[in-house]
Amino acid sequence: MELTNVSLKVNGDEKTVAIEPRVSLLDCLRDHLHLTGTKKGCNQGACGACTILVDGERINSCLALAVQFDGREIVTIEGLAQGDHLHPMQQAFIEHDGFQCGYCTPGQICSAVAMISELEEGMPSAVTTNGTTELSDSELRERMSGNLCRCGAYVGIREAIHQAYGALAK
Amino acid sequence: MNNFTYQRATDANSALRLFAPNAKFLAGGTNLVDLMREGVETPQTLVDITRAPLAEIQELPDGGLRIGALVRNSHLAAHPLVRERYPLLSYAILNGASAQLRNMATTGGNIMQRTRCYYFYDTASHCNKRTPGSGCDAMQGFNRIHAILGASPHCIATHPSDMCVALAALDATVNIASGSGERTLAFSDVHRLPGDTPDLDTNIHAGELITSVDLPAASSELPSLYRKVRDRASYAFALVSVAAALRLEGGKISDVRIALGGVAHKPWRAAIAEGKLRGASPTFDNFSAAANAELESAVPRSGNAFKIELAKRTIVDVLSELAGPGDVK
Repeated sequence: MELTNVSLKVNGDEKTVAIEPRVSLLDCLRDHLHLTGTKKGCNQGACGACTILVDGERINSCLALAVQFDGREIVTIEGLAQGDHLHPMQQAFIEHDGFQCGYCTPGQICSAVAMISELEEGMPSAVTTNGTTELSDSELRERMSGNLCRCGAYVGIREAIHQAYGALAK
Repeated sequence: MNNFTYQRATDANSALRLFAPNAKFLAGGTNLVDLMREGVETPQTLVDITRAPLAEIQELPDGGLRIGALVRNSHLAAHPLVRERYPLLSYAILNGASAQLRNMATTGGNIMQRTRCYYFYDTASHCNKRTPGSGCDAMQGFNRIHAILGASPHCIATHPSDMCVALAALDATVNIASGSGERTLAFSDVHRLPGDTPDLDTNIHAGELITSVDLPAASSELPSLYRKVRDRASYAFALVSVAAALRLEGGKISDVRIALGGVAHKPWRAAIAEGKLRGASPTFDNFSAAANAELESAVPRSGNAFKIELAKRTIVDVLSELAGPGDVK
């Protein structure tokens, strides 16, 4: 099968890979660009472990074909820290034990980073009634429902996101 | 996943030109890529339409809204005009999937998504929708999530969308382009009941492309509610959902819209219940009688009889909330 050149800006670096069109963005990142921080959980859009940011928005990379994202800007868990300085969301997950096995964690953190941007843009959720600026527990649970944690570390995840939201929200 | 030829369309016309036998249009991919990975869909060509300029939301001259087929679910739900005039649509969308999926999924793709029946997804099972004439393993299988209205001896699958339930209640219309021109379908004519041909989900033919969805001005700013009942509080498909709008004038119901999700092969517009309620008083008894009449034709399977009572109670509860505390006994 013919290979297609796909150019992506991944964590600030321009990358070009020659891949079959059936390669998912997740497999492209993991197997072709060797960025294995993004995890393959269910591979069917049900768990959120593969969550990455495309042009600042969170998506499930397992259901995305890489060829569709030619020319787009991608941030993975590897791109959040600045050198040795962790992103506030990463730091908060450590401080609050927001994980046990850690497999869902890259997806949880990428998802939470984008969620805060969505809140700041005023995007509603299913539990939003008036205004969208407050991150209540019910808003947090609803907005993060696309990320499952089989260990059940949700209490720590929730506390970590609340802390990071306090630090990041303008 | 089978390999395929990838084509990128620049606009609707080039998408139609690039379409070939055994091709599929690819938008957000959240359902099609999943089905391809499972071997349920095996297109030889994917025509990627995501770069076509069909992602605008425009006001129509009569006060309605035109939603481009490629407007993503998250953007549609958050759009100020949608939230102001058609909050039912916004809430229905926000009750579906997850934030990540809503960022990918498009308006046209949501309409074209396929059932989540386990037996449709499992290529080792018999399924008349996937392989016509092979039988239906859901009939005697785990059918808790399956249809109670409008099903056939060949298929008891449900349409999984939340967005489409709201579009049905709002009397949306769908604009479709093909090589032979353009046409418009009323939303209630888009999806089909399974009958003898459950392999056909919709009345949109291969090679036809949804370009936009129109919301009529007459459905604007209706008092409305979307309620979804499911096995967990978020990120699950509906067992039963109700999209309803209710307008009262002089103590009587002047406009009522009820559409049900999770109960049929298509978003189920509850025309019988609406007919009983139009012009009636907004009382609990009238709401109950209307819900009972709508569900009279329901046929339960071994695992989903609960859906009949659940649908009735959800209809009554939503209508009672819309009527307000003072109006309902």
